[in-house]
Amino acid sequence: MSTRLQTKGRLVNRDRQISFSFNGKRLKAYEGDTLASALLANDQMLVGRSFKYHRPRGVVASGAEEPNALVNLGEGHRFEPNARATTTEVFDGLKAGSQNHFPSLEFDVGAINQHLSRFLPAGFYYKMFIHPRPLWKHVYEPFIRQSAGLGKAPDAETRDPDTYEYFHAHTDVLIIGGGVAGLTAALAAGRAGAQVILCEQTADWGGRAAVDGDEIDGMPVEEWIKNALQELESMKNITLRTRMMGAGVYDHGYVLCYERLTDHIGPSEGPRHRLWKVRAKQVVTATGAIERPLSFAGNDIPGVMLASAVRDYAINYGVSAGDRTVVVTNNDDAYRTAIAMLDAGLSVPAVIDVRATPDTPLIERVKSRGVRVMQGMAIAKVKGGKRVTGVSVCSQAGEGAVLEDIACDVVAMSGGWSPVVHLWSHCGGKLTWDEAGAFFRPDPTRAPLSFDGTPFVIAAGSANGEMDEGAVLADAYTMGQEAAKRVGATPKGAAPTAKDTAQAPLLPVWMMPQGASYKLRSKMWLDYQNDVKVSDVQLAAQEGYESVEHTKRYTTLGMATDQGKLSNINGLAILAQELNAPIPQVGTTTFRPPYTPISMGAIAGEAKGEIFQPLRRTPMHDWHEAHGVYWEPVGHWRRPYCYPQSGESHEDAVNREVVNTRENLGLLDASTLGKLIVKGPDAGKFLDMLYTNMMSTLKPGRCRYGLMCSENGFLMDDGVVARIDDDTFLCHTTSGGADHIHAHMEEWLQTEWWDWQVHVANVTEQYGQIAVVGPKARDVLQSLGGMDVSKEALSFMGWADGTLGGIPVRIFRISFSGELSYEIAVDAGRAQELWELLHANGQQFGVMPYGTEALHILRAEKGFIMIGDETDGTVIPQDLGLHWALSKKKADYLGKRAQQRTHMTDPDRWLLVGLETVDGSVIPDGAYATGEGTNANGQKVVQGRVTSTYYSANLKRGIAMGLVLNGPDRMGEQLTFLKTDGTAVHARIVDPVFYDKEGVKQDV
Amino acid sequence: MLILHCPNCGVMADETELTAGGEAHIKRETVGSDDAAFEQYLFQRENPRGVHFERWRHTSGCGKWFHAARCTASLEVFGTYPAQTVEPPKEITDKITAKRPGWSWRSFS
Repeated sequence: MSTRLQTKGRLVNRDRQISFSFNGKRLKAYEGDTLASALLANDQMLVGRSFKYHRPRGVVASGAEEPNALVNLGEGHRFEPNARATTTEVFDGLKAGSQNHFPSLEFDVGAINQHLSRFLPAGFYYKMFIHPRPLWKHVYEPFIRQSAGLGKAPDAETRDPDTYEYFHAHTDVLIIGGGVAGLTAALAAGRAGAQVILCEQTADWGGRAAVDGDEIDGMPVEEWIKNALQELESMKNITLRTRMMGAGVYDHGYVLCYERLTDHIGPSEGPRHRLWKVRAKQVVTATGAIERPLSFAGNDIPGVMLASAVRDYAINYGVSAGDRTVVVTNNDDAYRTAIAMLDAGLSVPAVIDVRATPDTPLIERVKSRGVRVMQGMAIAKVKGGKRVTGVSVCSQAGEGAVLEDIACDVVAMSGGWSPVVHLWSHCGGKLTWDEAGAFFRPDPTRAPLSFDGTPFVIAAGSANGEMDEGAVLADAYTMGQEAAKRVGATPKGAAPTAKDTAQAPLLPVWMMPQGASYKLRSKMWLDYQNDVKVSDVQLAAQEGYESVEHTKRYTTLGMATDQGKLSNINGLAILAQELNAPIPQVGTTTFRPPYTPISMGAIAGEAKGEIFQPLRRTPMHDWHEAHGVYWEPVGHWRRPYCYPQSGESHEDAVNREVVNTRENLGLLDASTLGKLIVKGPDAGKFLDMLYTNMMSTLKPGRCRYGLMCSENGFLMDDGVVARIDDDTFLCHTTSGGADHIHAHMEEWLQTEWWDWQVHVANVTEQYGQIAVVGPKARDVLQSLGGMDVSKEALSFMGWADGTLGGIPVRIFRISFSGELSYEIAVDAGRAQELWELLHANGQQFGVMPYGTEALHILRAEKGFIMIGDETDGTVIPQDLGLHWALSKKKADYLGKRAQQRTHMTDPDRWLLVGLETVDGSVIPDGAYATGEGTNANGQKVVQGRVTSTYYSANLKRGIAMGLVLNGPDRMGEQLTFLKTDGTAVHARIVDPVFYDKEGVKQDV
Repeated sequence: MLILHCPNCGVMADETELTAGGEAHIKRETVGSDDAAFEQYLFQRENPRGVHFERWRHTSGCGKWFHAARCTASLEVFGTYPAQTVEPPKEITDKITAKRPGWSWRSFS
C-alpha cells in the first residue's frame, strides 16, 4: 500500500495537518501536499477510470504531464472538472472527486468495454458507425454523446463567483521555468542588467534537482537554490513569480502566462487567476524534461509509475507509493529511484535493466546495497487489477517467455527523458533528433523569429537537451547571457558548477520485450487517458495512416487533455518502427498552446457581466429609462423600441405611437445617427466620389439625401448631407454606420486621394439629436420660441442655426416619416434638457415619444428603404429604384464601374416593390415568393423575397416591401409567399409608397 | 501577434492596435476599364509564401494607414512605410534583396 513515510519530505510542513475529502471520504494531508501526494499518503492509489475502456487508473507522474489523476474539484458554483491531482495543492477543506465512472470508482459498469477491446480498435467509430446512415442520428450519435467527454461539465445554471484579471507586461527577457536552469539563466541575465521576469509553474523553486541530490558549487542543491533566490530577489531588474506557467509563445515575442493566485488556499478575496500578456524581447524556455514511460503489458495498472515520480513523492512529500518497488529502465537515471527507496527504508526486489552495460557509479551504488540488477531483462507483464501485485520478468530479446515472477506493489519505469520543447515549438521553432538521448531537442539554427528576423526564443538546460547537472548549469548560464546580449546588456559573472555523474548510454527501447505477441501489445498503453495502445498505432500504420498527424487523429493518440506529454515520443517511435522509417523522418505532431489547459475565467478576464461589452448611451438615456422604455440593442447602443404605458403590450404601444405621430406629435431620440464633418477645399470633390449623387452642387443651408456604395457597387450606407459652408459638409450616416463609414472615408483619403485637402471628424457623440415629427411639430417649436421655423424661413430640406427655449440648436428640415419634421441637433450636454422642454411644451399638442419600431413603420409606409433591411450587401441602388440618386453627370464615383458589370445590369435582377396582402395580414419577415417548378437541386423556384414587413396602424393592414423578379413591371399581379408552418399568404404587387404618394405632408 | 512599427506616429504597435487591410499597391481601375482589368483590381490578390506587401491601419493608435513589407512564412518585417506612395521605398526593397535574393512580387523585385 502507499503511505506516509517517517522521513519528512522537502515540501510538506509536517507541523500543519489539514483535511480534505475525496469522493466524500475525509482524509488528512499536510500543508504543501499536492492532491496526488495526499491521496497516495492515504493509500488512494486508484484515482480514476480511463476514457474508452474505463480501466482503473492511478497516479503515474508527479507534475503537469500527469495523464491519469484527473479529478473534479469544488462543488456548486465552484465545481470544476479535469483538474490534475499532481498540480493541485491541497488546502484545508478541499473537496475532490474522481471522474469517468458509473456507478462508483471501485465498481464501474463501463469497464465491460475493456473485455470488448478486441472489438474496439483504432478507428472503431469511423468503421462501425458509418452504415446504415439512418442509425447515425437515432442510435449511434445519442449513444456516443452519452459516453463521450471526460469529466462532467459544470451545471449550466451555475455561475463562477470568482474574479479573474489580465496583466500586461513588457520585459527584456522572460524566463519560463524556475528549476536550477531557469534560476541560473535568470542569474546570468539579471547580473548583466537585463529586465527579467522569471516564472515557475509550481509553488516551489529549484525543480527536480534537489530530489536527485547532487551538489552545486560544492553545496547541497537546496542550499544553492536558497542562495540563488536571495541574489535574484536583491536585483531590482528581476520579477519572480511562482504558480505562473508559460502557457503559450506567439509571434514576435508575445507570451501568455497563467498565474494561479488562490487555487492553493481555496475560495478567497481577489482574483483567482491572472492571465499575463507579456511582450518579451527574448524568451528563455527553461522548461526541463519529462520522463518517458516504457511500453510493456499492463503498464497502465495502478502502481506503475514514472521512476522520477516515485522518488519525487518519497523525497518531496515523504510518501511511498508502495513497500516493494521494482525499477524497470533503459538508462542509469532510474537507479536514483532505487537509491531513494532504499534510503527511505523500503525494499527494491530488483532493477530490471534492458541494457547489458558495465557498472557505472549509479549502478554500482545500487548493487552495493544488495539490490538485484537484472540486465538484458524486460517486463513480460504486470500482474494485478486495481493495484500492482507483481511483475513477470522475461528476456528483452525474446517474445516474452516468463523467466520468473517478482512480487511488488510499485513498478518504477523509465524510458529516458524528453526535453519539454512545447514552448520552443509553439511559434515555429524546429527540432532536431538527438540520437544519444533518443529525443527531439530544439535546433538553435531554426529558432522562432522576431519582427526583425532575429531569433527570440532560447532553450536552456534540460529543455535544450542537456541532461547532466553540470551541463545543464553551464548551458543555462550561457543561454541567460545570450538573451542578455541580444537585448544589449553586457554579460558578467560565471556559471555555477556541478560534477556530472558518469552514466552509461541509454538504450532506446520502445517496446518490451522486443518480439512481444499481439496479446501483449494490446495491453501496452501509450496514451493512458485516451486508451491508445501499441497495437492501435500498429494497426493505424497497417491501414495506411503513415503521417503522424493522421495516426494521431485515427487513434486519438495524444489528443486527451494531457496532449500526449507522456505518449507522443513512444507513439511515434512505434509508428516509425512499423513504417520502418527513422524517427526524425516520421516527425512530431504540432505542439500547440496552451502547455496545459488554462481556465476559461482567465481567458475572459474582467470581460463579463456589464463590462463584457461597453454600452453606448444617448444623452437622453436616463429619461427613457424613467419613462418605461423597452430597449432595443442597436450595435453597442441601446435605443428605445417603444414606450409601453401601463397594461399595454409592445405591439399596442407601437401602434399608438405610429398613429399619434401621424395625427399629433411624436418625439424620437435620433442621437445615434452618425454625424461626420467633412471639411476642406476638396470636400465637395471628395463627397462626389463617395456618394452616388452630386454633393458638390449642394448650396450652403441645404440638405440632400445621398447613397454610398462600396467599390463593389453594393449599397453600404445612406443619409442626409447638409452643407454648412463652402468647405464644410455634415454627413449623417446610419446608426450602426458612423464608425465604419468614418473609417471608409479615412481609407480613401489616406490611401487613394492623399493629395486632396480634406479632413474628416466623427462628431456623433458630440450632439444629441431629436426628431420632432407630426402635423403639430411646428406648433411645439414655435411655443418654445427663439427662431423662425416657418415654411418660408426654414423650408423642406433646409437647415438653420438658432435657439429654442434659450438652447442653441441646429435644425434640419428633413423627414424620415413623411410628416412635417424637424431634426434638432443640440450639444450632447443639453440634449436631455431640450428633450424635456419639448416633452413638457408638447403636452398641449398631444406629444408622445416614439421608438425605433414606430420609426420603421412610418418609413415603410412611405416606401423609404432601410440599410440592412432592403440591403444585405448584394443589393445595388438600381435594384431599389433609386436611379434618381445616381448622378449621370459625374464621370466617376465609388461603385460606378462595378454597377456596369454584366450581373449588375442583368434585366432579371430582383427589384423593389410594395406588397399588399390580399387578406390584410402581415407577411412573415424574409418570406420567399414561389415561382413555377423546381431548380436543379429539386428546390422550389423562387421569384422574390420580403425585405420589410409591418402592420400599419394607420392603414389598418399589413404592408411590406420586397425584391421581386421584374417586380415594377408586374403591378397588380398576385404572388404566393410561403410561411414556415407550410401555409401560404397571397400578396399583390403595388407601389412601395403606401402613404401620401405625392409627399405633400412633409413639405408644409 | 505581430509587432509593426507605425511610420506615422513612431510606435512599435501590437497587432491588437492594428487592422489588416489586405494587399498594398493595388492600382484603382474605374469607369473606362475593361472587365478583365476591373476584375484584377477588385478581386485578384497575391497570396505568397514569402515576401508580401500589405496595408495596415493603426486603428487604435494614430488612425493612419501604412504599408508593411513582410515575409508571410517567417513573419520577418522588412520595413514599414507611409501609405502615400505607389511603390515601396528603395531602402526597403534593397533590404529584401539582401535577405531574400531573387525575390519578386507583382512588378517589384
